[in-house]
Amino acid sequence: MLPCRDVTQLISESMDTSLPIGKRIGVCVHLLMCKFCSRYERQLLLIRETVRRIAATEEKPGEPPGETLSEEAKERIRKSLRNP
Amino acid sequence: MPKPANHDPSEWVDRYGDYLFRYAMLRLRDRSTAEDLVQETFLAGIKDRRSFSGNSSESTWLVGILKHKIADHFRRQAREAPLEDSDLRDQPDSSPFDGSGHWMNGPTDWGGNPADLYREKKFLDQLTKCLSGLSPNHANAFTLREIEGADTGEICKVLNITETNLWVILHRARMLLRRCLEANWFHKSTEKGS
Repeated sequence: MLPCRDVTQLISESMDTSLPIGKRIGVCVHLLMCKFCSRYERQLLLIRETVRRIAATEEKPGEPPGETLSEEAKERIRKSLRNP
Repeated sequence: MPKPANHDPSEWVDRYGDYLFRYAMLRLRDRSTAEDLVQETFLAGIKDRRSFSGNSSESTWLVGILKHKIADHFRRQAREAPLEDSDLRDQPDSSPFDGSGHWMNGPTDWGGNPADLYREKKFLDQLTKCLSGLSPNHANAFTLREIEGADTGEICKVLNITETNLWVILHRARMLLRRCLEANWFHKSTEKGS
């Protein structure tokens, strides 16, 4: 069986490209038997999902929470736009 | 179809400033860099107003400009700090695996129902902190892939690395980020609950 170190690398790769069939089977078999690696995969997918949702929410103009420009920065930018 | 509203640049800062800044902060994690790129975006917008076709909204057009500025910034960082051997290898003292490649300390149960995490401002702060702890190459690759949803070919061009190296970088970035979130967010919230 593939060691966990290799399986974690393949789990990550499978999030970016499709693995060749042999490797895919190797990972599947490993995940059926390894609690830690299947937890690892679930957690990476949760992080991906969460990050993408954050990006989608942040991109709505007027969405209130989160970081805002400081007044100083706004003033500085306004000035630079007046004399570009 | 009515043309989308087209505002005078003097209104841009109040209208789009915070929005563009938030967009930049999520990707750059540094206030002053984010402020600079928002400013550059507005200036480029003024210079190139004719490229605004009115087919998209003004804010989408400005975000498009900002996106390019962010990619340029990543390109510059990659040039200044090219990939090093240590970016591609597990540090001996930080590898979670033993000599035979099995977990020494496996991932812990994150419990509960963390699906709503994206709504929590504090989680976003922790995520930003964890990403800032990675090397720029790791953080930028993760940002382009997971936040921007860019494909790997595009990311290789921006960071000027091979696809094989990108896979290693992304793997390392995900592993380090997962561990950081576990230690600083999930572990802490379990303690609070028990």
